Amino acid sequence: MAYWIASSPHNHLQSKTSALMRLVIYATIPGILTQWYFFGWGNIIHISLAIATALLTEFTVLSLREKKVSEQLFDGSAILTAVLLGISLPALAPWWISVIGSIFAIAIVKQLYGGIGLNPFNPAMAGYVMLLISFPVQMTSWQPPLELMSVPLDFINTLSVIFTNFTYDGYSVEQLRTHIDGHTMATPLDTVKTNLTLGLTITESMNNIVIGEYVGIGWQSLNLAFLIGGVFLLFKKAIPLVTPLSFLGSLFVCSFIAFLISPDSNASTLFHWFNGACMLGAFFILTDPVSGATSIKGRIIFGALAGFLVFIIRKFGGYPDAVAFAVLLCNMSAPLIDQYTRPRTYGHK
Amino acid sequence: MESVIERIDKGLFWKFHGGIHPPQMKFLTSDKPILQLPLPEKLVIPIQQHIGEAGEVIVNVGDDVVKGQPLTRSTLPISVPIHAPTSGKITAIENATIAHPSGLEELCIKLIPDGKDTWCERTICPEYQQLSKAEIIEKICNAGISGMGGAGFPTHIKVGTTAQINYLIINASECEPYITADDLLIKEHSSAILDGINILDHLLEPAFILIGIEDNKPEAIKALQNATQGIDKIKVCVLPTQYPVGGEKQLIMALTGTEVPSGVLPTSLGIVMQNIATCFAIADAVIHDTPLIKRVVTVSGQALEKPQNVWALLGTPVEFLLNECGYPQQEKKHIIMGGPMMGFSLPNNQVPIVKTTNCILAPSEAEIPNDNQEVECIRCGQCAEVCPSQLLPQELQWSAKAKDHQQLDTLNLFDCIECGACAYVCPSHIPLVHYYRVAKAEIRQQQLLDLKAEKAKVRFEARKLRLEREKLAREAKHKKAAEARKARMNSGTPEANNEKSAVAAALARVKAKKAQASAEPTNSANPSDDASSEKKSQVAAAIARAKAKKLAAKDNNSIAEKPPAEINPVIIDEKIEEKQTLDPAEAKKAKIAAAIEKAKAKKLTTEAKSSTSSEIKTETVTAPSPADAKKAKIAAAVAKAKAKKQQAEQKKEIQLSANEDITSSIKDEPIAEAVTDKKARIAAAVAKAKAKKQQTESK
Repeated sequence: MAYWIASSPHNHLQSKTSALMRLVIYATIPGILTQWYFFGWGNIIHISLAIATALLTEFTVLSLREKKVSEQLFDGSAILTAVLLGISLPALAPWWISVIGSIFAIAIVKQLYGGIGLNPFNPAMAGYVMLLISFPVQMTSWQPPLELMSVPLDFINTLSVIFTNFTYDGYSVEQLRTHIDGHTMATPLDTVKTNLTLGLTITESMNNIVIGEYVGIGWQSLNLAFLIGGVFLLFKKAIPLVTPLSFLGSLFVCSFIAFLISPDSNASTLFHWFNGACMLGAFFILTDPVSGATSIKGRIIFGALAGFLVFIIRKFGGYPDAVAFAVLLCNMSAPLIDQYTRPRTYGHK
Repeated sequence: MESVIERIDKGLFWKFHGGIHPPQMKFLTSDKPILQLPLPEKLVIPIQQHIGEAGEVIVNVGDDVVKGQPLTRSTLPISVPIHAPTSGKITAIENATIAHPSGLEELCIKLIPDGKDTWCERTICPEYQQLSKAEIIEKICNAGISGMGGAGFPTHIKVGTTAQINYLIINASECEPYITADDLLIKEHSSAILDGINILDHLLEPAFILIGIEDNKPEAIKALQNATQGIDKIKVCVLPTQYPVGGEKQLIMALTGTEVPSGVLPTSLGIVMQNIATCFAIADAVIHDTPLIKRVVTVSGQALEKPQNVWALLGTPVEFLLNECGYPQQEKKHIIMGGPMMGFSLPNNQVPIVKTTNCILAPSEAEIPNDNQEVECIRCGQCAEVCPSQLLPQELQWSAKAKDHQQLDTLNLFDCIECGACAYVCPSHIPLVHYYRVAKAEIRQQQLLDLKAEKAKVRFEARKLRLEREKLAREAKHKKAAEARKARMNSGTPEANNEKSAVAAALARVKAKKAQASAEPTNSANPSDDASSEKKSQVAAAIARAKAKKLAAKDNNSIAEKPPAEINPVIIDEKIEEKQTLDPAEAKKAKIAAAIEKAKAKKLTTEAKSSTSSEIKTETVTAPSPADAKKAKIAAAVAKAKAKKQQAEQKKEIQLSANEDITSSIKDEPIAEAVTDKKARIAAAVAKAKAKKQQTESK
């Protein structure tokens, strides 16, 4: 006969951090499937590699830190990081890219700062940026959508490219990226950026084959899929509404103003919204609670800052996409934002 | 004020920040009438059941008391008495576990009911309007009424306010899950409650009376609406169900849209809030002259067979109530006093019901699991969204863990009402409220220490000042005395002259001494003076002495290493050698003499030794009588001791002489004489020893 002593409150909402993580992972499924449909097996292979590496790294570091491995290993945070990293990588990047990226994201960005809840930066994005800076060639060799490729790419061939740099028939990544007419195909964002430096207008760029009918074959659908996943998360109340709203709103305002000023040198808002990692960033990266701002006001500022930075970097920066950089910069400013957006306590002026 | 009433009439209310919707679980008990229980076997009545000071105990162990008899007397304004809940005998007045989160023990009166339930004398007073306000307030105080909603603030203080009151708010919201005590009380006793409200109206004269009730109690709402029909002043305000709308500040916000500033009582805003159960108790006290001795308690939880509301006498042990409601015997017991959000776990089942106890919760394992594991905060911010005080629970948590008291103050920790909404929603299952409670306790402790330190500092400063003052006073006194003396000396009387001359003489002496001191240095400056030569020789002597000492030290060392019999002659030889250089003839003589003496001495000692030992042997053999043997032994021992002593003496002497000899030998001749003298002395000593030996031998 023992009396159980506990501190109030005694009842508890039966939600768990791991359940939240699992929900976010489920929400990426539409995006991953779309990616598979338009770009083949590459990203699924990278996601698998990243998950395996991330779990192994997490296990090793947790054991070294003498933490409860069984509880923390499968709390879903490491898997989510790996999934997000795998989604972001170029589909035909060599295997060691996702391995190095995952190790860096988990061991250094997350665990060295104290593990879950204590990392100041989003691990997936920090890993991505590290890879982009360290291995620029591999990290910018984006695979064109399958429908534009002259060489068909099945699962075995993709696996072969990732592990040996060559397909079964001996095609290199560069050859795979070449269009029938001999041009190397880039992402829509890259294409527009390059064309602008060549003196072409936006309207002329929009005729490029990678753009297709709307704002980019494959990419537009991919972003739409992530938007759907994001709405699912919003519906489930797993993520706050204000962050993606203020991010997309800010990107809209910036791109719209720029578009009004000079329509020839500025792409439309839709182009910005449905290209690159925009929707992934809005619903899956910026909403990471650990590295983001906490108050509602803070989240509005956080999202708006991210949108502004994405536009600035896409427009004036050296990189075609900017979500990862924008996220890291916002992560840095999150504590400051929190400091100045504390709500007024009841009964205080 | 008009706009507030207009809004209320339209059924519109303000929204307070945050809030949650935990499962209400009120269905367990809300449809059963309040049960009258038999008398328990014993009652444990804590003497303090309210916020403030405990009353003074006015009964003794062994006293027979009747129902309603006061057991304590309120001596201070913020103190209310307690009463005997039934007639019986006081068996003990001692410490027992009281209803407190940390299982504190405090003074309790133990009462064994006699089963007769005899009432004390009461005077029913249906015409309370004819009483003065002070008389009514005194009645309320004497009935021991304190807030029955949870905090337990003495009611007579709240209703005794002289401030202009705009709103009297009756709190019937009962927002905690499981609890239905107020709900049932309203359903069954709405007219008595209305009497209580009218008494409060009479006392406070508010502009409006607002009854705040959650919309999950439709029958109670109907009962209240029926009871207050036709009274324009009283508004029954049906609020949407949301935890914690029953919090004082939250209810004021929801009903009037007014925010109570931090650290300010609602009275200063013209608002007074009373719990609905308190209203019932007030009516009972003022009209029926019945003190607060029982209350409605919800005994709920899925571990119970018959969860229901009961009329519990104050002081009833929890065990009695649980047994009445069918609590099964089980391994792991979890009993909570209060609701699941703000109640506290009980350390045992003997804890008594007190004035603020509205619920006893006995949940099943599935209902409230005990396996919650805290994990790291992921800063999701859900806690901040539900906080009714608009605090930042997760930031508070970091600071509480880091014991950063300054930051906790900046984040307004003390505005936390400990409602538990943050911990309820936390996906990391962090017991946030627990961290805040610990931090609050630490800060209070620190403040107490700071206060003490401050007092000590003040005391120290005062002491320093006092010492300084005393010193100054002393100096002034001395100065004054000196001046007085001076004045006296200059006054010209014979005593004064005497004194004056004495002082003059002393001064002259001092001067003379000074002059002498200055003269001496000039004297010693002269090189041809004897003083310097004297000094020189002194220095030389000192050097010589030092050298001698060194030598002696060397000798001593060697002596220590060698057995004594061998050393003595060596030393002597050395001395003699040294002396040879001075006076060969005499030295030789001395040497020879010494050698002879030495030989003799040696012989003697050995002889003495052998003879004594042999004698002892023979004696022990020849004389078997024990007495003789003993005697002989003693004699032998004495002889040995003597011989040893002599030897030691000799050694000492020789050493001494050696030292002296060496020093003197460096100086000049007279040593030779001294050496011979010493030799002679040694010889004499040896002779003496011989004689003694012989004596012993003869013995």
